Amino acid sequence: MKRRSITFVIILICFLLESSIFHRLSFAMIKPNLLIVVTSSFGFMRGRKEGMFVGVISGMLIDLFWGSTLGFNMLVYAVIGYMNGTFQRMFYDDDVKLPIVLIGTSELIYGLITYVCVYMLRGDFAFFTHLINIILPELVYTIMVTLVLYQIILHINKKLEAEEQRSASKFV
Amino acid sequence: MKTKNQSSFSSKYWLIIITVVCVILLGIERFTDGGGPLRFLAGYTVIPMQEGISYVGRFMSDMTDNFETLEDMKKKNEKLQSKVDELTIDNTRLRQEQYELERLRELYKLDENYSDYEKIGAHVIANNGSNWYTDFTIDKGSNDGVQVNSNVLAGSGLAGIVTEVGPTYARVRSIIDDASNVSAMMLSTSDTCMVRGDLELMADGRLHFEKLANNDNEIEAGEQVVTSHVSSRFLQGLFIGYVSEIEVDSNNLTRSGYITPAVDFSKLQEVLVITTTKQDMLSEDKDSNEGD
Repeated sequence: MKRRSITFVIILICFLLESSIFHRLSFAMIKPNLLIVVTSSFGFMRGRKEGMFVGVISGMLIDLFWGSTLGFNMLVYAVIGYMNGTFQRMFYDDDVKLPIVLIGTSELIYGLITYVCVYMLRGDFAFFTHLINIILPELVYTIMVTLVLYQIILHINKKLEAEEQRSASKFV
Repeated sequence: MKTKNQSSFSSKYWLIIITVVCVILLGIERFTDGGGPLRFLAGYTVIPMQEGISYVGRFMSDMTDNFETLEDMKKKNEKLQSKVDELTIDNTRLRQEQYELERLRELYKLDENYSDYEKIGAHVIANNGSNWYTDFTIDKGSNDGVQVNSNVLAGSGLAGIVTEVGPTYARVRSIIDDASNVSAMMLSTSDTCMVRGDLELMADGRLHFEKLANNDNEIEAGEQVVTSHVSSRFLQGLFIGYVSEIEVDSNNLTRSGYITPAVDFSKLQEVLVITTTKQDMLSEDKDSNEGD
């Protein structure tokens, strides 16, 4: 229960930060994507199932407040969380390369899917314009933010895991 | 790890369930508009938090302003700025009326007046967090008379249009959004054109205009662009911006170019919402005509 509420609070805080402070901190109108960092890191830290549910909640918030149709981002984020979950076995706390590669790839996939499903289906075929103006800058900025945000999430997760182990050993 | 088989089995099922739910939701969205109860719930839970954050942000930026400048200087500046905005609006309207007058001398029996539209002020409480859309949320909703398709002004220019309304909040799509299309006209010649937002131009805050007839009317950079009389969603005569570049299209029939908007979209804080929509005015006109 405690884990769930803390996870939810993390998602909510990132959501609120992104729509308020990061708008001020944006370079050339480009903001980092905090929710993909959260979804992706919960995916490889905690496994497919949790990554998927974090993805659903983040996607739902995005659809309700920033998107146009309910369900689209929910699906994309859920799948991204699930796919990151399959890398749980390769994940070690002190390794920074894998998280950054995974988060970067997730961000890239998210950008490409959004372009294909929202813009290309509308008849906008200027792929390279979107790639250079939105997808790549967002990717770079997100990776920069990841370096900080990921450490915070990792730290919170470690604390929670230690606590869970303590309370589990108490019962044994 | 220990329950590997079991967990991977059930997570696969969960993925399928979630996918089906999302696809159903996407399907439902096509037939109904709005997110229904979920959006209603979210409106009452998340919006207050956003309001809180933006309140703190405003408070803090006010504080730093106080430290930076003398208080009365700031007040004076604010007063002058609002005066400038007011005068710009007035000026636009007056110039428009002047051109109108010239035309009216030729065409009689055209009783249209640009009365002052009823406006309410609102704070911007949240921006769109994704880079694909440019919309923002304001803290006034249907309780204050905001409706879908209400026009939103910032300073002296048009900022956007309300696309979604809740009891205490409204979502505004700004005119630089990629999906935004505004029917506009050149102030001096009344030639209509389409002003389109473009994702590519968003970064430097410019707008694209197209389908301006390539006739004898000379249009130069610096020309004022306002919303047109043929638009079904935008009230007539709202100031959009200045023409910055113009060229004749390769088909030789139309002209297109770029507009520098009057609103700085990167730092929107307070906006004005016009509570009467164009549809209201049109139906009113219809009623009064039928009454005659």
